[in-house]
Amino acid sequence: MPILTKDEAHALLKKVLAYSKADECEVSLYGSDTGNIRYARNSVSTSGLRSQSTLVVSSAFGKKLGVATINEFDDASLEKVVRRAEELAHLAPENPEFVSFLGPQTYAEPKTFVQTTAAITPKQRTDFVAQSLQIAKDTKTVAAGFLEDGTGYAAMANTKGLFAYNTSTSVNFSVTMRTEDGKGSGYATRGYNDVSKLDTKAATQIAADKAVKSSTAKAIEPGKYTVILEPAAAAVLIERILFGLDARQADEGRSFLSKPGGQTRLNEKLMDERVTLYSDPLNADLPTSTWNGDGRPHERVNWIEKGVIKNLAYSRYWAEKKGVKAIPGPDAFIMEGGTKSLEDLIKGTKKGVLVTRLWYIRDVDPQTLLLTGLTRDGTFYIENGKIMYPIKNFRFNESPVIMLNNLEELGKVERTVSVESNTNYLLPPMKIRDFTFSSLSDAV
Amino acid sequence: MNRREFINLAGMGASAAVLSSIPVLGRPITPEEALTTIDPALKKKLADVALNAARSKGATYTDVRIGRYLNQFLITREDKVQNIVNTESYGMGIRVIANGSWGFAATDKMDNTSIARTAEMAVAIAKENSRILTTPVELAPQKGFGEVTWKAPIEKNAFEVPIKEKVDLLLGVNDAALKAGATYVSSNMFLVNEQKYFASTDGSYIDQDIHRIWPTFYITRIDKTTGKFETRSSLSAPMGMGYEYLQARPQDKIAGVTTLYKGRYDMIEDARAGAQQAGDKLKAKSVEPGKYDLILDPSHLWLTIHESVGHPTELDRVLGYEANFAGTSFLTLDKWESKNFKFGSNIVNIQADKTQPGSLGAVGYDDEGVQCGKWDIIKDGTLVNYQAIRDQAKILGLPASHGCCYSQSWADVQFQRMANISLQPGKEKKSIDDLIKGVKKGIYIIGDGSFSIDQQRYNFQFGGQLYYEIKDGKIAGMLKDVAYQANTQEFWNACTGIADANDYRLGGSFFDGKGQPMQSSAVSHGSSTARFAGINVINTSRNIG
Repeated sequence: MPILTKDEAHALLKKVLAYSKADECEVSLYGSDTGNIRYARNSVSTSGLRSQSTLVVSSAFGKKLGVATINEFDDASLEKVVRRAEELAHLAPENPEFVSFLGPQTYAEPKTFVQTTAAITPKQRTDFVAQSLQIAKDTKTVAAGFLEDGTGYAAMANTKGLFAYNTSTSVNFSVTMRTEDGKGSGYATRGYNDVSKLDTKAATQIAADKAVKSSTAKAIEPGKYTVILEPAAAAVLIERILFGLDARQADEGRSFLSKPGGQTRLNEKLMDERVTLYSDPLNADLPTSTWNGDGRPHERVNWIEKGVIKNLAYSRYWAEKKGVKAIPGPDAFIMEGGTKSLEDLIKGTKKGVLVTRLWYIRDVDPQTLLLTGLTRDGTFYIENGKIMYPIKNFRFNESPVIMLNNLEELGKVERTVSVESNTNYLLPPMKIRDFTFSSLSDAV
Repeated sequence: MNRREFINLAGMGASAAVLSSIPVLGRPITPEEALTTIDPALKKKLADVALNAARSKGATYTDVRIGRYLNQFLITREDKVQNIVNTESYGMGIRVIANGSWGFAATDKMDNTSIARTAEMAVAIAKENSRILTTPVELAPQKGFGEVTWKAPIEKNAFEVPIKEKVDLLLGVNDAALKAGATYVSSNMFLVNEQKYFASTDGSYIDQDIHRIWPTFYITRIDKTTGKFETRSSLSAPMGMGYEYLQARPQDKIAGVTTLYKGRYDMIEDARAGAQQAGDKLKAKSVEPGKYDLILDPSHLWLTIHESVGHPTELDRVLGYEANFAGTSFLTLDKWESKNFKFGSNIVNIQADKTQPGSLGAVGYDDEGVQCGKWDIIKDGTLVNYQAIRDQAKILGLPASHGCCYSQSWADVQFQRMANISLQPGKEKKSIDDLIKGVKKGIYIIGDGSFSIDQQRYNFQFGGQLYYEIKDGKIAGMLKDVAYQANTQEFWNACTGIADANDYRLGGSFFDGKGQPMQSSAVSHGSSTARFAGINVINTSRNIG
């Protein structure tokens, strides 16, 4: 089924709701066309196309909820899926945490759709890869990369009169360049809503330069170092704070935001006062949906303001229980930065380590948000404002909460992609003192 | 579904707020619908439509996978059933070689026209990719098997067990944990049935029926005065079994500091112990960092085997296909060719086995029609082989594929995935107590915890669920804040003892992630309890004010 317009989606959802005999019914409709191309060893290894549409019907009788899904859209199928949801609701045990669906809401007009991206062709994908492979040829390096683009829409409506609609496009690209002898490796990643901003040649050139320059790395002792994290490296650490903003976990005493006696750290200063993290669905450089999966509007929210925890994310059930506004968790976030470039940050560093990418991030202790993982694809030693030589990769054991207390300086914000969650963020490169590297790795 | 989505869904993560609804895994169905199957004769007809359409457009090789994937999730917390989800996903994936390049396309519209159009699209993609081809794809030879079937040897199909019986078990688990002192407890059951049909231009029509089960719980215990909390996850293993996994008999239990489970699992007993142990952890001594001899239980060691042996011996990593995401491998071809690369000590024997009964990876044939078997990976400490699929086997000049090809669904392209990789039991008669007796200063670790390893699989760090200090050959009490770090080769060369076959048990994962777009694969790893000398242990406690 093609991408539906707002009016077409609304008409379809109204038709589905007309079949409902439940106390309440809510219908969501998702559709997407995605394409991808993957390459390694300087050749395309796989590529594919997938087109899918899904209609999700949630029917409730009292606090009993049934959910059914279908990917066929003729009248008989639409009625069948509504009946199925109602049957499942009758079979389900009562859920004491069920909250009645939302009534009509007002949403801002989203900015997430770009026509150029929606019109991408298989030939363009192959051309993007061909440009990347040309750099591999020119620099005598070995390329492995992945490009994935998508165009999608989402719509929802319910028997209480709510209706929401959004279309979006995205393209994510990442590339790892390795020297032929396997002694050097470099990485770059880019994410956009608008594919015309994507330059696979330039990104690949950066990765190739890092590969060549990181060859024959020296080992230096693990320990506490001043580090400069490029935005892609910072993303995988900072997003863990975002994942941990759930109010219920904090209230229940099992998050880094919990305090003894059922208290939380809300409104407490937990980080350096230069740390401000917010979400804004209408940000021009990182637009996201203006509503979430249960129909709540996404608005601009300051999560951490000048180092103080200002807001937590609530489910509708938990907000109702606590008698507070049910702010939904964000789709992406933005961190305020400064005016300096990455190069400026390096210039102002007496001794330190430049980190391109962090990898295999795992929780070690949820109480302190202690994480472990490793540097990868371009780690360099800085002395007196200059990159002196490549160094071997390190394992780190560090909490992003402690790290953002040890903040030295923030650079200029740019859009980046988390290799762990595939989410796009606006983040600055950041200089951090006393970052804990706990052991050396021989990995290149 | 991937690991992170599962952790959120199962209430085991801190990020519940981020995931606003259950991810759509397929079409929800009634439990009764999950008990029906599709006639292989119909699947053969559909497969022939795709094979013929691809051939007519110029494909030189085609394989077709018709998959029906059934999932059931039961999700509870304390005294509440939070969700019961039944899903079905049905469709066809078509993979071709044309002009020497791979092409792939998938559809869930199972009429002849849609199937033929999808096959043609796969050929068109292959031809487009061949524009920038450097080396044409070649496959290791594979004979066709005609029409064959394989079924997992389960005793009781878990989908046939009434929902109420399963819910009652989970609520019973929660009740046992709460009575034993848990502050919070969530418990879940995750069932999978893969009904897979494979057909190829080599002349195979293979119908397979695969079952998996994974019961889990997650207990949190909070000290209200200090605000400190500790958690304990279940010691269950995901298994390639039916509901019989949850019917433990006395002979399935190993007594010790906590009861350990061999082949079958007593979930209520483990929950009761878990709640008690989460309380003990709150009062346990924080570990002194330094070198320790480690005694690693199979419920823990499976993950170390997975990360440090399973992944670096995957041939796609060795060859560079995963360089941009999962990474490459330190076990480069020269080390294999030398025939003397000392991966571990002489007692370390590690085998790949795609047929092991009860394991997650057991199948009759892989997803490119290769009959499965077992083979040595590490023999007497030396690297002797990798895990390969057909095109890689050809690159290396191996006589045949190892049968390691797998796709998570009909909608994704198949590629090389890990076989069950297991440490073979010690040849001498030796118990867990015998291993502990010989340790002066050590830690006994049970259950899997935090895990992280670099992209070439040299440097790793692992935590666990339970840590017991060993002093002069005896258990001296519980420890906390433990993680160990090592280099893979040094670690396996420090293996100084492996218990005998009586102690052999399986662990495993439903969510081994690899590839772009990422796919999950389920795999088991067996071992007996093993001892590693002089491993570096760090203390993981911190203070955030």
